[in-house]
Amino acid sequence: MSSEPKTAAGHGHDHGHGHGHDHAHDHHDPKWYSPSRWLFSTNHKDIGTLYLMFAMCAGIIGFVFSGFMRAELAEPGLQLFNGTAFGGFFGSEHNYNVITTMHGLIMIFFMVMPALIGGFGNWFVPLMIGAPDMAMPRMNNISFWLLPVSFFLLLLSMFVPGPAGANGFGGGWVLYPPLSGTTGHPGLAMDLVIFSLHLAGMSSILGAINFIVTILNMRAPGMTLHKMPLFAWSVLITAFLLVLALPVLAGALTMLLTDRNFGSKFFEVSGGGDPVLFQHLFWFFGHPEVYIMILPGFGIVSHVISTFSRKPIFGYLAMAYAMVAIGFIGFIVWAHHMYTVGMDVDTQAYFVAATMVIAVPTGVKIFSWIATMWGGSIEFKVPMLWAIGFIFLFTLGGVTGVVLANAGVDHALHDTYYVVAHFHYVLSLGAVFTLFCGWYYWFEKMWGIKYNGFIGGLHFWLMFVGSNLIFFPQHFLGLQGMPRRYVDYAVAFREWHHWSTIGYWIAAAATIVFFIGILEAVVRRRKATESGNPWGEGATTLEWTLSSPPPFHQYNDLPRFK
Amino acid sequence: MRSGAWKYWALSAASLLGGGSAWAAPHDGGIDFQAPVTETAKHIHAFHNEVLIIIVAISIFVTALLIWVMVRYNKRANPVPKKFSHNTLVEILWTVIPVLILVWIAKGSFPLLYEQDVLPEQAKEEEIVDIKVYGNMWFWDYTYNVGTDNEFNVESRMLKVGAPDPSLELKPARGDIAQLSVNNPMVAPVGKYIRLKISAKDVIHAWAMPQFMLKVDAMPGRLNQLWFKVDEPGVFYGQCSELCGKDHSNMPIELRIVTEQQYVEWQRLFKESPEAARAYLDQVRPRPAQIASAQ
Repeated sequence: MSSEPKTAAGHGHDHGHGHGHDHAHDHHDPKWYSPSRWLFSTNHKDIGTLYLMFAMCAGIIGFVFSGFMRAELAEPGLQLFNGTAFGGFFGSEHNYNVITTMHGLIMIFFMVMPALIGGFGNWFVPLMIGAPDMAMPRMNNISFWLLPVSFFLLLLSMFVPGPAGANGFGGGWVLYPPLSGTTGHPGLAMDLVIFSLHLAGMSSILGAINFIVTILNMRAPGMTLHKMPLFAWSVLITAFLLVLALPVLAGALTMLLTDRNFGSKFFEVSGGGDPVLFQHLFWFFGHPEVYIMILPGFGIVSHVISTFSRKPIFGYLAMAYAMVAIGFIGFIVWAHHMYTVGMDVDTQAYFVAATMVIAVPTGVKIFSWIATMWGGSIEFKVPMLWAIGFIFLFTLGGVTGVVLANAGVDHALHDTYYVVAHFHYVLSLGAVFTLFCGWYYWFEKMWGIKYNGFIGGLHFWLMFVGSNLIFFPQHFLGLQGMPRRYVDYAVAFREWHHWSTIGYWIAAAATIVFFIGILEAVVRRRKATESGNPWGEGATTLEWTLSSPPPFHQYNDLPRFK
Repeated sequence: MRSGAWKYWALSAASLLGGGSAWAAPHDGGIDFQAPVTETAKHIHAFHNEVLIIIVAISIFVTALLIWVMVRYNKRANPVPKKFSHNTLVEILWTVIPVLILVWIAKGSFPLLYEQDVLPEQAKEEEIVDIKVYGNMWFWDYTYNVGTDNEFNVESRMLKVGAPDPSLELKPARGDIAQLSVNNPMVAPVGKYIRLKISAKDVIHAWAMPQFMLKVDAMPGRLNQLWFKVDEPGVFYGQCSELCGKDHSNMPIELRIVTEQQYVEWQRLFKESPEAARAYLDQVRPRPAQIASAQ
């Protein structure tokens, strides 16, 4: 371990172990209200906190946007996006497309990824592997601070010209040209979206490099890869996916940018380009991206299930390598998002076969979680509720994925609400449930106060009922043929849209309860468990050996791992 | 929240169990595919129902396991946790059994994909009718008799209430359905292999026909192909299925399958007057009444 040059040598504390960080400020925490603590932070826990707070803000915006959609779709006809409602605040049908696009991009790039990887990853990977901090703390700082800038550009894009006569980019999060090219959106909005995603991508790549280096080099003595906690495994695999997938997106975005502004013709038919090329590049990134969003959650759920069953995780190695397998296969199935572009039938057949293979390692994970609970002594604390809820919902989302993998059936279901239901079951009810799972699991560890169990339980049950009511009927809509990204629909689709919107209001109530829970905990300030481990013998990873909250710098003496 | 929901539920469930549902076009509260029309669509529907049974069984199985561990192995029922973390036999089983299930699904899936995608070899040249389809922002246009002296083009635009152009006014009295009906439906003859050549003139659109279980992108610079063969005359609806901008939801597809003679007569009339051709279609192939009276 390297130590930085001593600028204030006289104040340095060296414990004589030869690996201490000799900063003068080591032993008194900077004040929480000091702006420099956050702006210039190199502390993995502070940066993790920043990521979590940022994800919360972005999540609120993304969630409100989905409320606009559900309000619009509650009835046939145009409710909000008709140019006159609320003084024309919502604009026209184009603005509905802007809202769906922004909802997708925000939830993926600015909510789920920052929270799971930047937030929990930063907070708990070093704690779990027994490292004092991330390997490259300054890079960690820039990884985070690129994000608010990126988010600002994305939000700004909504207020500058997109298509002729309207503002914002409304071409869907997949950004397909020619709609995202000068044909569909000649205005500056799409360029801002491109810059925003470039920055978000850089942020993620830097973060991912940091995680890979940290996990490969800074594990506590004795902690081999095959003894490493599964959450660290999941973040390691996610980081590799990020490093391999995001540059491809960056390339595609750059090609789009030069097509739009400098006369290149990569995707421009009139110049011999091919819009399908963009789709291949996008989904070569996009499919690994969906695993990027769910893998860290897999890790969290494994720890929670094991902790509250008071039993070691079942099939640890199989669990780790199932994630490796999912990550690898995730790179060779991308064109199952493109069954309808006019691909050769043999190519489609290949992607059918490859896609179905994913069900096997995923099944291994589901059954191993249940086997972990089998024979255990289960306590239904709030994090455990979210974990069990996750297993159930992820199974439902997984099996509809098997249906969609079959190109023949997908030709009927592609771009319908069935797909919307499928990916919200694995992401909105899968990844987001793991997020809340981690939030309650580590709440006390991070903030040093206890959450209110009743409010946490209420949050879970409202969210469970609400989000199921939103998305389950959407399977029916999709089977009936209701296409995605429609601002208006035939009366024959009304029934299930109506229920779906009611579900949204229940989920909205759940979200309010979530924030009430935070407020209540902050006001009451219930003291964290003295030992630092509120969950008892089931919680075996290193973060539970530290105080709650952990010291500003931990592991001045590296823990020995047996 | 209307009590009607449960009536529709029961109806839909009954039609699902009954095998073939009577519903043409989407219907409120429906939980299944729209009734499949072509042979291939029927096969895909049957295949989907088989897979549906499997996935429901898997979901119930996982749920049952979850309930069992929650009941049997909660803290009160089992105060002392066991310590095992391996069992080679079950690990092999839960790897091999899913593989077998997937192989079984694939066995049904691949032939269907080829059946759907590849125009059958027994289709004779004179049985094939080519129609060219272009997606535009935001309407479809259809070209008939491509490459012959008789080639002509029809623009197909959605009808709506209060349309600036009176010919696009939605008239529920004659059976027009909001968001689905168009001024000039696509027309094709019954019993022939209809081969669509599909492309787009601006951005990507997608031509979709749920009752045929078909969908393909209309991609600028490419000519994609679809085929279908319908054995009974009828009226069918689809909607653009690739986001194409502001009026993406306002470019539906209406297809009238008519007899050979009606197809020829409609073509003759259309060249004289699209209005007359439209009236002729409404006369010989009217929209089914039950759709108009839904709700």
